Amino acid sequence: MTDDAKIYADLTEIFNDVFMVDDMKLTPSLSAKDVAGWDSFKQIEIMVSVEERFGIKLNTREIDSLKSVGDLARVIAKKKA
Amino acid sequence: MEQLRWLPEIMDWRQRLRALATTHGEIWPHAVALANARIDFTRTNALDDVVRRRQIHPPAAATKPVRLAVLGSSTTAHLLPGIRVGGLRRDIFISTYESEYGQYLQALLDTGSALHAFKPSAVLFVFDAQHLTQGLHAALTEDDAASLLAETLARLQNCWSLAREAFGGQIIQQTALDVFPPLLGSNEYRLAGSKSGFLARLNAAIRESAAQYGIDLLAVDEAARLHGIATWHDPALWHRSKQEVTPALSPTYGDMVARLIAAQQGRSRKCLVLDLDNTLWGGVIGDDGLDGIVLGQGSPLGEGFVAVQAYARELARRGIILAVSSKNDEANALEVFDKHPEMLLKRRDIASFRANWDDKAANLRAVADELNIGLDSLVFLDDNPFERNFVRENLPMVAVPEVPDDDPALVPGILAEAGYFESLGITNEDRQRSAQYQENRARNQLRATATDIEGYLRALDMRMIWSRFDKISQQRVVQLINKTNQFNLTTRRHNDADVEGVMADPKSFGLHIRLLDRFGDNGIIAIIIGRMLDDEAVTIDTWLMSCRVLGRQVEPTTLNLIAAQAKALGAKTLIGQYIPTKKNAMVRDHYVKLGFELVCQSPDGGSLARLDLTRFQPAATFIQVTEGADA
Repeated sequence: MTDDAKIYADLTEIFNDVFMVDDMKLTPSLSAKDVAGWDSFKQIEIMVSVEERFGIKLNTREIDSLKSVGDLARVIAKKKA
Repeated sequence: MEQLRWLPEIMDWRQRLRALATTHGEIWPHAVALANARIDFTRTNALDDVVRRRQIHPPAAATKPVRLAVLGSSTTAHLLPGIRVGGLRRDIFISTYESEYGQYLQALLDTGSALHAFKPSAVLFVFDAQHLTQGLHAALTEDDAASLLAETLARLQNCWSLAREAFGGQIIQQTALDVFPPLLGSNEYRLAGSKSGFLARLNAAIRESAAQYGIDLLAVDEAARLHGIATWHDPALWHRSKQEVTPALSPTYGDMVARLIAAQQGRSRKCLVLDLDNTLWGGVIGDDGLDGIVLGQGSPLGEGFVAVQAYARELARRGIILAVSSKNDEANALEVFDKHPEMLLKRRDIASFRANWDDKAANLRAVADELNIGLDSLVFLDDNPFERNFVRENLPMVAVPEVPDDDPALVPGILAEAGYFESLGITNEDRQRSAQYQENRARNQLRATATDIEGYLRALDMRMIWSRFDKISQQRVVQLINKTNQFNLTTRRHNDADVEGVMADPKSFGLHIRLLDRFGDNGIIAIIIGRMLDDEAVTIDTWLMSCRVLGRQVEPTTLNLIAAQAKALGAKTLIGQYIPTKKNAMVRDHYVKLGFELVCQSPDGGSLARLDLTRFQPAATFIQVTEGADA
């Protein structure tokens, strides 16, 4: 698995848990408006889960710049590098 | 920090949650089981979501549901799932209400508010550090800082009084979380206007006035001291969403709140059951022998086991009962207690001693039977994962902590962190409990030697001292009312305000009754509340008794007392009611046995019975009765 695929696999698990589903299909362009129930609280839940799972700390600027799942995956890859 | 680390991991947790979302029938126990796993905040939220969406409720009459109002100065929504799941973990259904952002005072004052419509049975105040330090800055003089502290405390006390008057019930104040970076450093306290210093003084002041206002504290400041403030608080999240406690910590926060609620209901654990080999000492006594086991000074491991014993002994001194369940020959096990010089725990510290080759579930049942407490009062400490899982599978109501890394040095910390024995206060009876269990053993020996029951009762030399409810005994009275399950005719859980109501009402009487005998003081063993219904009849609202004194003529002697009180109010009839619960079947025929006449019976087994006081003859018993103020 490439690093990118691994990040998407881990993110899919996080999203499945946060939204209590089994079949979340993550694409780079997916964003909050595409997913029912993805509100500001879920957004924070995702961020905190991402920080725990990947062992990173996202700063305020990084979180503010996130517009899509693709943005999130890129930030994670950069932090893990 | 690993949260809920005393709980076991459940491997197929996710699948079981999915099953919970779709299966039918009695699913509350399955939800309780899922809450009793090591789950993070995402899983906590998911479990809470399913319980709420499916409206999963406990079976009727299991435990008292709680309506908790969370009144906060900043965001609290992220803490509610953890609180509700914390209740679920303890078999308690908690529904929550949250005040509008920052509107707690308006909600309290406006009797037409949604808060008042919610009718909370418990209130939790959550005030963030910014809110509590408004107006404070580093240039303030000592006098100005002191008067600001007094004002802040007065504001809190005002909230407590308002909530007390409006709702009664349990009032919980979260202590202040010190989220501020220091300005001076190690000697921060020398700066009068330091926010850190201010919050430390405020927390001390809250603790001082807590007893006076009858509120309970949620000590997040102590928890943050243990885990580190960075674990509890993320400044970036505060700026983003005004969440003072990070959502990741909501399982821990919620569990702490639920402990307080369970303690108020008398549902904290009462007894610590200890395994022996590799739990109280290193090695196996049957194989290694008295000089082979590892215990005491000179070895780090041996000192670790002494620390476990020391913690258990301290728990016993504050009222937790100790018991032993070990797979061993009894003689081998006892020899360590009697002869090993480094043993801190002595045989007299152990109220129930089970060393044999039966399985542990059978022994835990025997411990509960012998001590007359429920299995849900037990905590079972064992180093062996097989035994832990065996007990969890067979007796899910027994708490069985995961023991970290099999290192005894870590065991006291995990027992404390699990909060099994959460207590809201300590009574004299708590301090004397282990002595009472020793006296009980002496009584049992006397019974074994007495040839007839009358001779035994006479030889006990019993004295009953009764008194009206008073301020001194109030704490113990409320504690007993809320934790007595078995010998309890109506299981009405009265709170402080209710008990004060009884004291103030000339048409009611509340009695607490203690029993002494030649072996010692049994403490308060019965609580009675009687109320005048009309000019003719007194109804017995509450009759509860400690199972320790069963079979000792306490029941008829107590009835003599009730009849005299009722007659003094002018009653001609006494009415006794039995309300069945899961746990009080032992008193189903209580009133009929005492000579009451059955009036009616309901399909669920409940009944009403009456006693004609004009023809009542007090029973003759071996108990000498006196009135005393001694609580």
